[in-house]
Amino acid sequence: MSIPSIVEAARALREGSITSVGLARQVLYRIAMVEAQLHAFLTVDTDGLMAGAEEADQAFAEGRDIGPLQGIPIALKDNLTTRNLETTAGSKILSGYVPPYDATVVKRLRQAGALIVGKTNLDEFAMGSSTENSAFGPTRNPWNTDRVPGGSSGGSAAAVAAGMSLGGLGSDTGGSIRQPASLCGVVGVKPTYGTVSRYGLIAFASSLDQIGPITHTVADAVLLLEVIGAPDPLDSTSYPHEMEPVGARLGRGLEGIRVGVASQLGGAEAVEPDVEAAFFQMVSAMERAGATTLEVDLPSTEQGLSAYYLIAPAECSANLARFDGVRYGLRVNGDTTEQMMSRSRADGFGPEVTRRVLLGTFALSAGYHEAFYGQAQKVRTLIREDLARAYRQCDVLVSPTSPTTAFRLGDRTDNPLAMYMSDVLTIPSNLAGHPAANIPIGLDRHDLPIGFQVMAPALEEALMFQVASAVEELAGFDTTVPFDPSHGLRGGVR
Amino acid sequence: MSWEAVIGLETHVELSTESKMFCGCPARFESEPNTNVCPVCLGLPGALPVPNREAINRIMRIGLALNCSITRQPVFHRKNYFYADLPKNYQISQFDLPVCVDGFLEVGGTDPGRVGIERVHQEEDTGKSTHMGGDGRISGAEYSLLDFNRSGVPLVEIVTRPDLRSAAQARAYGQELKLLVEALGVSDARLEEGSIRFDANVSVRSGPEAPLGTKVEIKNMNSFRSLERAVTYEIGRQTHLLSQEGTVVMETRHWDEEAGATRGGRVKEGSSDYRYFPDPDLVPMEIDPAWESHIRASLPELPAARRTRYEQMGVDPTMAATLVAGESGLAGLFEEAVNLGAGPSQAANWVTGEVVAALRKASINSVTETGLTGSALAELLEMIGQGKLSGSAAREVLTGVIAGEGGSGQVAAARDLIQISDTEMLAEVIEEVLAAHPDEFSRLQGGEQKLVGFLVGQVMRRTRGKADPKLAGALIAERSSAR
Repeated sequence: MSIPSIVEAARALREGSITSVGLARQVLYRIAMVEAQLHAFLTVDTDGLMAGAEEADQAFAEGRDIGPLQGIPIALKDNLTTRNLETTAGSKILSGYVPPYDATVVKRLRQAGALIVGKTNLDEFAMGSSTENSAFGPTRNPWNTDRVPGGSSGGSAAAVAAGMSLGGLGSDTGGSIRQPASLCGVVGVKPTYGTVSRYGLIAFASSLDQIGPITHTVADAVLLLEVIGAPDPLDSTSYPHEMEPVGARLGRGLEGIRVGVASQLGGAEAVEPDVEAAFFQMVSAMERAGATTLEVDLPSTEQGLSAYYLIAPAECSANLARFDGVRYGLRVNGDTTEQMMSRSRADGFGPEVTRRVLLGTFALSAGYHEAFYGQAQKVRTLIREDLARAYRQCDVLVSPTSPTTAFRLGDRTDNPLAMYMSDVLTIPSNLAGHPAANIPIGLDRHDLPIGFQVMAPALEEALMFQVASAVEELAGFDTTVPFDPSHGLRGGVR
Repeated sequence: MSWEAVIGLETHVELSTESKMFCGCPARFESEPNTNVCPVCLGLPGALPVPNREAINRIMRIGLALNCSITRQPVFHRKNYFYADLPKNYQISQFDLPVCVDGFLEVGGTDPGRVGIERVHQEEDTGKSTHMGGDGRISGAEYSLLDFNRSGVPLVEIVTRPDLRSAAQARAYGQELKLLVEALGVSDARLEEGSIRFDANVSVRSGPEAPLGTKVEIKNMNSFRSLERAVTYEIGRQTHLLSQEGTVVMETRHWDEEAGATRGGRVKEGSSDYRYFPDPDLVPMEIDPAWESHIRASLPELPAARRTRYEQMGVDPTMAATLVAGESGLAGLFEEAVNLGAGPSQAANWVTGEVVAALRKASINSVTETGLTGSALAELLEMIGQGKLSGSAAREVLTGVIAGEGGSGQVAAARDLIQISDTEMLAEVIEEVLAAHPDEFSRLQGGEQKLVGFLVGQVMRRTRGKADPKLAGALIAERSSAR
């Protein structure tokens, strides 16, 4: 019995051919079968899910339909605050923290009738590209449990890929939705900065963070984004105006679309041969489907990676200052307040978070501020200019989402710089605030998913989804993880 | 050597807006601890700030009243430091692009002059720590209690240039600034409750041309008197040190009111590094010229202008200053009475003299809490002018009006205080008095002028004090010379 897409489930629920309780049971069955192997969740809210499903069925029975997601199970990355449901951001320092309020996106999901399956694993405070930095242990890739699911939204990507939820939300600061989506063979979207409220997202780097959907299909991503994306008076950086409905151009194909392939992104040095081959095959397929393709130049891409690794730590050094043991979370006592704070933080933060907080503190220090943070902001402007120049020639940009497919657990944990390289293709969209999506297009020689990235100018989600859904159709990729009820998921090298 | 003190003041003014600076919580911090709080002002994970537009209106009022320029695109920065009552461990403040820059305030007093204003910036207040056990300080406390009601209350910081040269000037600046803030209606402006807080930067140098000395920051002055005393003490301390060839250490010192001395705190190692950077949770504000002119047009008459206007009306400068500096009801009373025809000089005299004295005697804080209105005062002054009330009767009427017994005429009538200033009526009484005291009258006629006083006294007695003594005296004198 395969898990339906959100769109299929929503239709079937309204037709009465399935029930929400049935969907919830299906999801919980999958969790029972594979979660022990994957560890995609930090919290599974079985009772909440079942109670919600019963309510949804009751509502359907009474002809009440509160929203498009009524009765649909959704998983939430554990850096989204949920009222009365533990929220840890994958950190020991927040272990046991139960927020008194729902993030705006959570509120919107609930208002649309969605059911919360649980909270998914992540790299601590979303800092990482493999979900190995979680204080509560890594998540494994459902396509091959020796491999990482990517990160930092690895838990949501793995949960959706493995059918433990119909859809999920992640957050993307430098690729944290798209890269795990790519490594887990699902669709992942980072919307335009400001179009989805960040209120209730535990901040990593405020000027880069953006919440977005992780789903099996492009149409599902559209549906989730329609629900969560709206102006929010609680987020000053929220885009206050109406925008073109994100699904307005679905199904219009590629005729006349000008597709830019950045020499710096398409054939970047670190890109694996299978990834590169699949990518260029798709570009050719797009041409055959009516798109015109051209090579564009994005000279500042590599500086972008360096700039990102200054801006994000700088912002996080202040954002994470509030975790001090005073009001909530872990407290390690000391002789003075300062000692208590310092011990709580030293014990509560893992090595990657500590590394970035220290790096960011240093980059903002007097005397270094201009050389580091100031310069990085200038590079950010260069990236924006690069992209603006490119978009005068083309409508969308494409690249592989990740230079590699899923790597082995432990492969990059000792080499932060190699880990940071995982984000080289996704970071430009964050620095510019532009939307970008991952669409799975095939498998490499190890049967690991390969992802294709579609990037568009700010607020051009409708165009991005038009192209993404055409790519999805051209790829014809089956996102269902091979799953044998008698053996569970595949482990080891194949 | 003639030492010169160089003083700059940093003043924090807590705005009396309905809600806090970056969230919708009430900006009232006298409520039960931790009741006016939400995820934003508690710094809970995921919460985001949204600026309070009314607070921006108010800082612009302050800035414009201080002759500042308004920054078109002011920016909020994060000021990073760890402190238990600072929930995010950074304060949202402003750095290189504050809302208002480059103004001045004219200060009067014994040493009048113009004090340069470097900047006026917007920030959020911290929570409040109460250290339990020990002597109330954090060192030696058993535990500390935190109240976040004050966390996020809008705070405006006004920074002067180092233009002040004496403790008296510092006090005069502080007092003038308080008047200005009160007139603008932007803050409760109560020093004792901490809604205005002064920090002083004091240094001493060997003369007006000498390079600036090492500065010391003094905190914890919660009255004008303690501001003046603390600065005086600190100038003395530094001068003494320097005269002994000692050195002043850059530090923050706390004023100890009881000891009458500043006490050293932790020594500052260079200037603190607050690692300011623009708060990415807030988009740059845009203050267009229309917004600025709207605020400018809404400014009330400022204290200096009001003083000048009163003086031009003929009011004595000291009284004009007292009227402007006094509780706001007094000036209102004065203005209303003058509008209803009272003479400005006499009205000012009464308001700053008798009215203030009567309120103090009755332990009343504000004239607006009493029955005394501008029209009652105007009526009172008119009755005095018409000779209907003696000085003592007028004071009694005032007491009755303040007590809410009615208008001046009503109180005078009810208390039977109106003078007999009717010549015919008085003449009758005088004839009775003269008939009763023929001896004294003939001695008066014989030239013993002092007997006028005696006879007036008899008239007053017969009228039970209601006769106009001046008029009675004149009539008696006239009668005695007529023969």
